[in-house]
Amino acid sequence: MAEFTMPSLGADMDEGTLLEWCVSPGDTVRRGDIMAVVDTSKAAVEVESFRDGVVDTLLVEPGTCVAVGAPMATLTEPDDTAPPAPSPAGSPKPRTVDPLPPEEHPRPAPPVRHLAHELGVDLATITGSGPGGRVTRDDVVQAGRPAAQPEPTRAAPAGGTRITPYARRLAAELGVDLVGITAPADGVVRAADVRSAAGVRRSQAPSEAPGPSKAATERHARMRATIASVMTRSAREIPHYHLTWTVDLHAVHDAMTRRNRDLPVDRRLVPAAYLLRATALAAAEVPGLNGFWSEGRLDQQSTVHLGIAVSLRGGGLVAPAIHDAATLTTDQLMSALRDVVERARRGRLRDAELRDPTITVTNLGDLGAESVHGVIYPPQVALVGFGRIVERPWAVDGLIGVRPVTTMTLAADHRATDGFVGSRFLAAIDHHLQRPEDL
Amino acid sequence: MNAPPSTSEDRQLTVDALRRAVPGLVPEDLDDLADADPLRERLELDSLDFLAFAETLAATARVRIDETDYPDLATLGSCVAFLHRRRASTP
Repeated sequence: MAEFTMPSLGADMDEGTLLEWCVSPGDTVRRGDIMAVVDTSKAAVEVESFRDGVVDTLLVEPGTCVAVGAPMATLTEPDDTAPPAPSPAGSPKPRTVDPLPPEEHPRPAPPVRHLAHELGVDLATITGSGPGGRVTRDDVVQAGRPAAQPEPTRAAPAGGTRITPYARRLAAELGVDLVGITAPADGVVRAADVRSAAGVRRSQAPSEAPGPSKAATERHARMRATIASVMTRSAREIPHYHLTWTVDLHAVHDAMTRRNRDLPVDRRLVPAAYLLRATALAAAEVPGLNGFWSEGRLDQQSTVHLGIAVSLRGGGLVAPAIHDAATLTTDQLMSALRDVVERARRGRLRDAELRDPTITVTNLGDLGAESVHGVIYPPQVALVGFGRIVERPWAVDGLIGVRPVTTMTLAADHRATDGFVGSRFLAAIDHHLQRPEDL
Repeated sequence: MNAPPSTSEDRQLTVDALRRAVPGLVPEDLDDLADADPLRERLELDSLDFLAFAETLAATARVRIDETDYPDLATLGSCVAFLHRRRASTP
């Protein structure tokens, strides 16, 4: 029997609040499947399972504040054929209906499970038509049709519809009336139901977009407190050194313009994609800046999980990671960037994205200042900044021309590296940005 | 030949595209928007927000928007004018 515990999503996190379970007892989960939505002071975060297994007991009710490392659910081994063990004495009884026996059929693919969740279809009620009785996409669509909707085998909880705390909060933030939402077959209104109701409403009545709410104000206050605590710790513990380097971006600008000319809007690049690509490559090439300061020494990382500082509308920021960024093409980085920024702003990040950035980039963008002398996110050891791209007179071969340039900065941990290494790192970024055709 | 599309439609398309593309905009942001206000500064759109806006506008208004057209999307007024021209010339 294994435990699913409250993860630590950064050095600043001591506890989190369970908002919603995304699994039920009896569900087969694989490593990486989303188990629950947890509220941290930064954002609502989807938490993944660290292992394969069958969900046995949910130990914690949504709405409960749980310390980091404390168990929230138990999992049995995937090959465990024994029925789930009774919950250990003293631990809370599962709040949900009786645990189902472990699945006899292969578990549906994640997209199918997702679709089922969106359509409010209970997978347990479907007979799969796929190989070995596996539930397919068509099965779910079929079950989701009103006429073909099977009778739910699990009765709704006494008292009718139940609403998860996360769904409730989301409804408040999105301005959705919970009374108008039809609960899916199991009688539990979840975040996805609220979101689809919000989507429907938005398209029907575009003038009724939600305004800022009390929940959003509270979140903002908590986020400020988190930033205060992390940045104070950084300033107290990390002996920063700062370097500055101005980069000529004409090559990037020309390459990007040529490339974007023939592409539809959704496939176009922005300069940030090149800046991130060059930074990821340099972080993989120059040792000393990609990793963590831990127990008095540098814990150098071989893969680059590039943290992206995302400013949130209404204030505050989060810095989720783009995983394995040095192996992504510029196009892939662009998609990853759009995806992670969009989810950060809509409050749907994954736990791993917040847990493990190895180096962070802050890109001030077109509206920002010309340079930033950043504060490192502990336990990372470096933060790279890019200022607004501006046109400036630039000397080339004894002549003055006008070039788009950005001021690139590095804030680095002097315990881990010196200015010499930091300079090599900035030089490596510049080198890549002069050869955008290779990026 | 069809009548040219009205500018009030162009305005609605522009405002709707902003609302759909940019998470977290509040209605007042858009209600208070004057024709001459620079959209990006006023609404604090970063390059990704702007890209999402251009993408949404191109899709909902069914027009082609090139990178060279971006200066025409600078203000609400210039967006409306651009959309009006482009929709009138798009078959």
